[in-house]
Amino acid sequence: MIDHRATVKRILFSALFFLLLSVGNKLSAQDGKAIFQNNCASCHSVFKDLTGPALGGVTSRGPWTDHKKLYEWVHNPSKFMASDPYTAGLKQKFGGVVMTSFDALSEKEIDAVIDYVEKTFKAGPPTSGPQGTPGAGGAQVIDEKDNSILYGVLTLILAVVALIMLQVNSNLKKLSDDKDGLPSYEPIPFYRNKSYITILVLVLFVIGGFYIVKGAIGLGRSQNYQPEQPIFYSHKVHAGVNQINCLYCHGGAMEGKHANIPSVNICMNCHMTISEYSGTAGKLFREDGTEVNGTDEIKKIYAAAGWDPAKKAYKENAGHEIAWTKIHNLPDHVFFSHAQHVNAGKVQCQTCHGEITKMDEVKQFADLSMGWCINCHRTTKVNFGGKSGEEGNKFYSIYEKFHDDLKTHKKVNEFGDTITVAAVRDSITVADIGGLECQKCHY
Amino acid sequence: MANKKYWQSFGELNNSEAYEKSISNEFKEDLPFESADKKGLDVSPASRRDFLKYLGFSTAAAIVAASCETKVRKAIPYVNKPQDMVPGVADYYATTYVSGGEAIPVVAKVRDGRPIKLEGNTLSTFTKGGSSARMQASVLDLYDTARLKGPYANNSATAIDVVDRDIKGALAGLGGGQLVLLTSTITSPSAKQVIAEFLAKYPNSKHVQYDAISYTGILLANEATFGKRAIPTYNFGNAQTIVSLGADFLCTWLSPVEFQHGYSKNRKVHEKNVEMSKHFQFESMMSTTGASADERFVHRPSEAGIVAAALLSAVNGQGATGVTGKLKEGIEKAAKELVANKGKGLVVSGSNNTQVQIIVNAINEAIGAYGSTISWGNPILMHQGIDSEMVSLVQDMEAGRVGALLIYGANPSYEYFDAERFNKGLKSVKLSVSFNDRKDETTELCKYVVPAPHFLESWGDAEPKAGIISLIQPTINPLFNTRPFEESLLKWSGNATAWDVYLKNYWIAKLGSVGTFDKALQDGVIETQAMVEAATFNAAPVAQAIAAANAMKKGGEFEVVVYQKVGVGSGKQANNPWLLELPDPITRVSWDNYAVISPVVAKKFGIDLNDRGSADKYEVNTEKPVIKVKVRGKEVELPIIVIPGTQENTIAIAVGYGRSKGVGRSVGAADGGTLGKNAYPFLSFNGSTIEWNGQAEMEKTDKLYKIAQGQTHNSYEGREGVIREVTFEEYKKEPNVILHERAKELEHYGGIEGFAKEGTIYPDYPGENKPGIKWGMSIDLNSCFGCGACVVACHIENNVPIVGKHEVARYHDMHWLRIDRYFSGNPNDAESIQTVFQPMLCQHCDNAPCENVCPVAATHHSQEGINMMAYNRCIGTRYCANNCPYKVRRFNWADYTGADSFPNNQQPLVDEGNLDDVILMMNDDLTRMVLNPDVTVRSRGVMEKCSFCVQRTQAGKLEAKKQNRPLSNDDVKTACQQACSADAIVFGNANDSQSLVSQVRKQYNSRLYHSLEETHTMPNVNYLAKVRNTAEISNEGVLGTIVGGSHAEEAPAEAAAAEHKG
Repeated sequence: MIDHRATVKRILFSALFFLLLSVGNKLSAQDGKAIFQNNCASCHSVFKDLTGPALGGVTSRGPWTDHKKLYEWVHNPSKFMASDPYTAGLKQKFGGVVMTSFDALSEKEIDAVIDYVEKTFKAGPPTSGPQGTPGAGGAQVIDEKDNSILYGVLTLILAVVALIMLQVNSNLKKLSDDKDGLPSYEPIPFYRNKSYITILVLVLFVIGGFYIVKGAIGLGRSQNYQPEQPIFYSHKVHAGVNQINCLYCHGGAMEGKHANIPSVNICMNCHMTISEYSGTAGKLFREDGTEVNGTDEIKKIYAAAGWDPAKKAYKENAGHEIAWTKIHNLPDHVFFSHAQHVNAGKVQCQTCHGEITKMDEVKQFADLSMGWCINCHRTTKVNFGGKSGEEGNKFYSIYEKFHDDLKTHKKVNEFGDTITVAAVRDSITVADIGGLECQKCHY
Repeated sequence: MANKKYWQSFGELNNSEAYEKSISNEFKEDLPFESADKKGLDVSPASRRDFLKYLGFSTAAAIVAASCETKVRKAIPYVNKPQDMVPGVADYYATTYVSGGEAIPVVAKVRDGRPIKLEGNTLSTFTKGGSSARMQASVLDLYDTARLKGPYANNSATAIDVVDRDIKGALAGLGGGQLVLLTSTITSPSAKQVIAEFLAKYPNSKHVQYDAISYTGILLANEATFGKRAIPTYNFGNAQTIVSLGADFLCTWLSPVEFQHGYSKNRKVHEKNVEMSKHFQFESMMSTTGASADERFVHRPSEAGIVAAALLSAVNGQGATGVTGKLKEGIEKAAKELVANKGKGLVVSGSNNTQVQIIVNAINEAIGAYGSTISWGNPILMHQGIDSEMVSLVQDMEAGRVGALLIYGANPSYEYFDAERFNKGLKSVKLSVSFNDRKDETTELCKYVVPAPHFLESWGDAEPKAGIISLIQPTINPLFNTRPFEESLLKWSGNATAWDVYLKNYWIAKLGSVGTFDKALQDGVIETQAMVEAATFNAAPVAQAIAAANAMKKGGEFEVVVYQKVGVGSGKQANNPWLLELPDPITRVSWDNYAVISPVVAKKFGIDLNDRGSADKYEVNTEKPVIKVKVRGKEVELPIIVIPGTQENTIAIAVGYGRSKGVGRSVGAADGGTLGKNAYPFLSFNGSTIEWNGQAEMEKTDKLYKIAQGQTHNSYEGREGVIREVTFEEYKKEPNVILHERAKELEHYGGIEGFAKEGTIYPDYPGENKPGIKWGMSIDLNSCFGCGACVVACHIENNVPIVGKHEVARYHDMHWLRIDRYFSGNPNDAESIQTVFQPMLCQHCDNAPCENVCPVAATHHSQEGINMMAYNRCIGTRYCANNCPYKVRRFNWADYTGADSFPNNQQPLVDEGNLDDVILMMNDDLTRMVLNPDVTVRSRGVMEKCSFCVQRTQAGKLEAKKQNRPLSNDDVKTACQQACSADAIVFGNANDSQSLVSQVRKQYNSRLYHSLEETHTMPNVNYLAKVRNTAEISNEGVLGTIVGGSHAEEAPAEAAAAEHKG
């Protein structure tokens, strides 16, 4: 996990920085991609029609050959449509839904999106299955080659050899004693030898104890928990292939404690127009191997929302809640806030939830143990903001003094004297500003 | 002043043997290890082998239990989520706390659809964001298990339309009978319109307003002298001299939240503002306001009129007539100050007697108070009841002239002084309807009950002062099948409009547009400055009033004075465990009422405080002797509490106790009786107003009654420096007197500056702004009046459990924040008693004694200066509490919260009588909705204490991070700080020189000190020393001659001499 931190960080900066803040002057296709994913991807794809039309080749059709018209459209679609038959036609084609206005996007940003879309379009559709949010720790799941069996077998062989040698040794000793005429005891078979029995008991105790303790610690933890959900919702299809931003549905992650499972009306934003699964991510299978009919699953959403797909209208008082099975459960005495991690800490969702973009039904990726939390707090560097307003959270400006002291290898001791110390590290971690204190999470 | 001796109990004052013994143990009992035969472990038949068996079995059982399948949890999102609602993030709605006529603008914190905390609305110029204990606690009333779940007819649950049909029919067939709507004061302008429409529909009908706590005397006096039946605004903030004749204006009288704020303005002394108001109090019992007074004089309860008359004559330059001794001196002294500060004085009286209030008006007129400290702009509307209307209503009822009685907000069967006659009259009323929310004493006797919703479920408005409107909006869907009282009236008057629509139409019409109404709803308040009408004083009734006042004095040995406790008040929120467990600021007793008597009278009942044996018998035992008090033929038996400063002929008894079972589960005693006794029958009607005192007889009984009284168990082992106090005289001469005192004490250890540095391992950064966060709190003893709003707020915010009377009596109370009360002076001399209130909470010591002794590191220090407590690490050794010099750590002796893994382990304890039923009430699924989801509920065997509201500091920091900015002053406020109307508590980041706490520490540096500073605990809480506006500080802190005891030699000689005189 540690190895990928740098990659994760980079992505974080490009993605969330743009989502939250204004942009600098230089915008590349790379930035365009981030803007696209944050603003457009929930309705548009480059290659196929979703809620809105496929964007690939957009600049070569309709009024969009003129970039200025595109800006007008993005900033205020309804206004633009009033005088433009092409877009009015599009509205008809896409179920009477008009695009949301994005008046906060600058012309440069729109250019960057177009740049990204065109470049991606030219490169052709992805061939090698679903694409995850890039760099999201793909290597994390690579198993290290497990040598423990080899070691175990080796140990066993060596132990048997040692046992045989000991037996041989004692036999030889007995022979030599006999030869020398020394009195010798009747040899005790090894299974009645008290030393052996003692050693064996000790070894069994240690091994048994190890597994009991390990098992006891694991009680109440549920790593890899993957319950069957009332609706076969595939994150692979949504977040993976269609690249919908996590925060589009789990917006609570920016606001408060809970990331929140989206309400049915959020599903309906897109599924008003997408009524069948067209197999974009291939056939869908449950864990037990049975095939899932994606279109039937979408119908379950309609039932929950009280939507009549034929009439394209909501039925009166027909909706009902969907009781999802909660996967990530923390004990009651733990306070965890998504906002602190996602919004303030800029931690990528995948860091804790694994490669969501490759999962159909979600399973618990991390064990959510305290040791796991603490390890991350020990290694995560705090994103200090400088007085000059460099990147980083300005809240941490109160720690600037510590930061400066680190740079200059200075330290203030308990007598108020500034002393120079050897450089011991290059950054401040969450643990350094109290991230390991009990009452940061337990209160 | 170093000689001043403070004491919390008579035992401490005497250094008695039993007292010394009682304080030598922090915990007075062993852990409840008991074998089945209850003989204790020593004689237990269980052998070591048995122990091992149990151990083995329980380990195996735990493993089996734990390895059962993990529970499957469901997460159910909305179908259509309201846009601005994020589950897990609190929403805030402005609304109004209403109880009887009282109203306080509030902001309700709503978490996932449940209101869980109320704060004062800072947009209100009336309360300025202040709160009271009752307002804070009122959120629990919403989740009260005793609330009626729907309408009742003849004591059986019925459908609302059946009730409507029956009542409409009955109203149509009243014949000649009168229709009377009996309510407590209604300030809501829209509800008044509804009432007017309803009454217009039914001829021969009227509206009677009746207040349990009546201010008829003031209303009638103002009518007599100014021609207006109104209560003016009192601006305590403008007053330089304040004379209170028995008015408890800081805690219970008229509008205490408003008054606390004004009063405290002139009490916050610092070296650049060497000015302070002077407060005289003349009263019979030790009231909470009297405890904060600079000078306090006592008189018999029936002498209230004479004192007022004497003050008037003294103000007029004729000397105090009709009084003698210290009282005369006091009155003349007060008069001198009033005359010297003409136009800056204010006299208030707590009497409900019209004649006394007329004299008070005359005094205020003479000292030029009208127009400066008393204003006729925005008069107080919260108390409009006229006693005589109620008395004549009862007469009408008895005579059978009343055909229908509709009761809302009033509970005359309990609150009315002659409830028997009211009940008798009620029987002859054909149609009786109650809108009250529970089966209280009156509702029980009514034929129909149409319960009204709690204010947090309602639409509405209130006008606590003319022109100052506060709107009420619902914060939760109604929990039960209730209907607003206004809607019922609308329905019965043939208007089909729903109440919320009616209200909206009313205000949109008034404010002009939907937009303004929405804005007003968001702000919660609509304020217009009323024209200050000129009012000329009519002196005609004064002469007659003086004559009447002089005739009021009664003979006889005893007089009773009935009062309100700051928690329970009139008893409108009687089933609120937070209020019942809140200790009275003076007596420190919770859960009961009692007869307060003076130490002089105590002697007559075998309690001689000069005699160690009998003082101990009284004080160390929780069982207090019971007396029989008889007033006008009515008698009650109550335990006694001896309070110094009580006038020697006075017995003081609080109202609000002795309730019927229908009020709720928490008002019943374990033995099946009631907690406390009803004192309302001791009131009397004098022909125009209800009097709160009267002649009494007192009789000894041989009964004893268990009282839950705190504080006597918490001792500072004779250490000084808990309280620091200085006279205003001294302070004026040398503002740095406290600083010098501290400097002298700490001289050996490097002085004030060096003292801190010497003992810390934390780096000391130079400069004003230090890096990082260090939370600090400053508490101004001059602005703390003991009202307890902070204590209740702390309870709510931090899920602090209620433990019940028996546990409090065993000193198992769980208050994270308590208000210690210290007396000084000679108990035998009521006038010499001076009182200091000190909010005491975890001091978050940088050098904390508790942290070092924890064997499992469950408590340690955070970088932000918080002394942290990790509940899940705690194994309950209680070493930390033993080692805490401030005695602020609280141990969960039983499973108060139901947080243990084993279900239902409270019921057996309740059945055995070891716990009170209130524990079960607080663990009801309904009641538990009030819990703060951000704070863990602690289980048995765990230590807990003030956390500096760590959930708030964390949330505040996160908010700043989310907005990408440094922490600001408004981000973090502790619950106690936010609750305080007088801004006595200030909290913030002490490392930031711009934070509120840094500013206050700098500004008030001359009064700053740390409690028990010399123990070198280095607290992050500091206090600002008390400044008393007197010439001398009472230091006669010794009773009798002390034999033995380690502090005898410290007793000042003059104190001992004074004692011999006493």
